[in-house]
Amino acid sequence: MSAPAQPLPQASRFRSTVDYYLTSMRTHAQTDFQYRAATYMYLIGMVAEPVIYLVVWSTIARSQGGSVNGFTAGEFAAYYIVWTLVRNMNIVFTPYGWEWRIKDGHFSGLLLRPQHPIHYDLATMAGGKVVWVLLYLPIAFALTLIFKPTFDVSALEVVVFLVAIWGAYLIRSMFLWLLGMVTFWTTRASAIFETYIMAELLLSGRLVPLQLMPGWAQTIAAFLPFKWTFFFPIEALVGDLSTASLLGGLGMQLFWTTVGAGLVWVCWRASAKHYTAVGN
Amino acid sequence: MRRSLVVAWLFTRIGVMNELQYRANFFVALFQSVLTLGVGLVVLSLVFSHTQELKGWNHEELLCVMGIQIAMGGLMRATIQPNMLRLIEEVQDGNLDYALTKPEDSQLLVSVREVRVWQLVDVASGAAVVAVGVSRLESSVGLTDALALVGLLALGAVMLYCIWLILATGAFWVIRMWFLTELFEGLYQTGRWPIGVYPGWLRYSMTYLVPIGFAITVPAEAVTSRLEWGTAVTAVVFAAALFAFTRWFWRFGLRRYAGASA
Repeated sequence: MSAPAQPLPQASRFRSTVDYYLTSMRTHAQTDFQYRAATYMYLIGMVAEPVIYLVVWSTIARSQGGSVNGFTAGEFAAYYIVWTLVRNMNIVFTPYGWEWRIKDGHFSGLLLRPQHPIHYDLATMAGGKVVWVLLYLPIAFALTLIFKPTFDVSALEVVVFLVAIWGAYLIRSMFLWLLGMVTFWTTRASAIFETYIMAELLLSGRLVPLQLMPGWAQTIAAFLPFKWTFFFPIEALVGDLSTASLLGGLGMQLFWTTVGAGLVWVCWRASAKHYTAVGN
Repeated sequence: MRRSLVVAWLFTRIGVMNELQYRANFFVALFQSVLTLGVGLVVLSLVFSHTQELKGWNHEELLCVMGIQIAMGGLMRATIQPNMLRLIEEVQDGNLDYALTKPEDSQLLVSVREVRVWQLVDVASGAAVVAVGVSRLESSVGLTDALALVGLLALGAVMLYCIWLILATGAFWVIRMWFLTELFEGLYQTGRWPIGVYPGWLRYSMTYLVPIGFAITVPAEAVTSRLEWGTAVTAVVFAAALFAFTRWFWRFGLRRYAGASA
C-alpha cells in the first residue's frame, strides 16, 4: 500500500503550473511549426472570410461616394486586416473538438492529470498562437499592399491591443469550454454550437463593424460577451477610442473572463460526473 | 461504362441506406440549413440597407447567387466531400488497399463510396431560394435559360469534384491534410458573391485555380440574363480539360501509394 501523495507547498505549486504552461506552449508551438505547410493552408482558408467581407464592404463604400456610415474603403481594410490577427488569437479549443475527444475517449487521459483539464487547453492553444501569428505576418503584409488600409495608431492603442487580444482569447476560451461541456450529456450538440456561432457572427463585429448594424442589434451586443472578443480588440487598434473607453474595455474583458471562469468552475463539478467515454 | 454505372448506383444505395438509419441527423441538418439561410438573408439585407446594387447585381439577383451557392454546397457536402475525406484517411492508414484490389476503376470506387444523404436538405433549401429569387426578377427566365442553368450546374459540380480529388490526391505526398475541409470551406464562401466583385488576381484564382466562379456565378448568370455564349463554351472546355487532368493526376499520385498498413 502506498502513502497518499503529499500536496505541494503553495509556492512550488504556482511554479509548477507556470512550468506546465511554458512546456505545453513550447511543445505545441514546435508541433505547429513542424507542420507549417498545413498550418499555412489552414490560414489561407481562414483569411478568405475577412477578405470577402472586406471586398464587399469596400465596394459598397466606393459606390456610395467613398464611405458607409463613416467607414471609408481604407478603414474597412484596416478593420479586416486586424480582424484576422484577432481571429488568429481568439481561435480556441472548439466544442466540435470536445465531441471528438469524448467520443474517442481521449478525455479520460486529461482527467487523470493533477490539474484541471482547462489548463491543458489554454496552454496548448496559446502555444499555437505564436506560430500562427508569425506565419500570418507575411499574409498581413500582402493584404496591406493590396488593400491599402488607413492606420492611425498611438502607443497606448498598441499596448491596449496587445492586452486585449489575450483578453479575447480568455473570454472565448471560457465560453466555448462552457459550451463544450454540453457534450458530457450529449455527443450531438452541434445544433447548440451553431446557434452560438451564429449569434457571435452577428453580434461580435466579426461580420461587420458594429456601427453598421441596426441600433437595436448594437444595444443587444452591449449586454453580451461577444463584442469583447472581436470588435473591441480591433477597434482598440484601428478605431479612435478615448483613453477611458480603451481602459474601460479592458475592464469589461476582465469582467467577462471572470464571469466565464466562474461559470466553468460551477458547471464543471456537475458536468464531470456525467463523463463516460463513448469510444474504446 | 454500363458496369461502372451499376457499381456507382450500388454504392450510392448502400450509402443512402447506411445514412437513413440515423434519422435524427435529418433534424440536425435541417436546423443547420435554416441557420445558414437565416444568416445569409440577414447579411444580404444588411448589405442592401446600405446600397442599391453591388457591382450591377441587385437584391433579387444576389438571392439567386446565394441559392445556387447553398444548393451546390449541399451537393458537395453530400457526395464529394465525404468521399474525399475518407480517401485521405485511407491513404494515411493503408486501408485504401481494399479499394485498389477490387476489379473496378479505382477513381470511380473512391468517388462513390459515401453519400451523406441528409446534407441534401441544403440542395432543397438552396433551390427554394433560387425559385424565390427568380420569381422576383424583372426579366423573365425562359426555357433556354433554365436548361443552361441545369447544364452549367452539372458542369460546376464536375469541376468542384475535380478540384477536391486533385487536392485529396495530395495525400499521397503530404501526410497531414486536416486543413483541407477548412481550406475548401473558406474558399467556397467566396461563391456567395458574384465573382465580378473581387479584384482581378482573386477573380482569376477563383475561376481557374478553384473554379468557384464557374460553379456558382456562371449558372447564376444564366438565370439573370447575363450569360454570354462564350462563357458557356469556356465552361465546357475548361471542365473537360480539368477532368482529363484530374484523371491523369490521380493515376500519377496512385503510383506513390505503397500501403501503410503492413
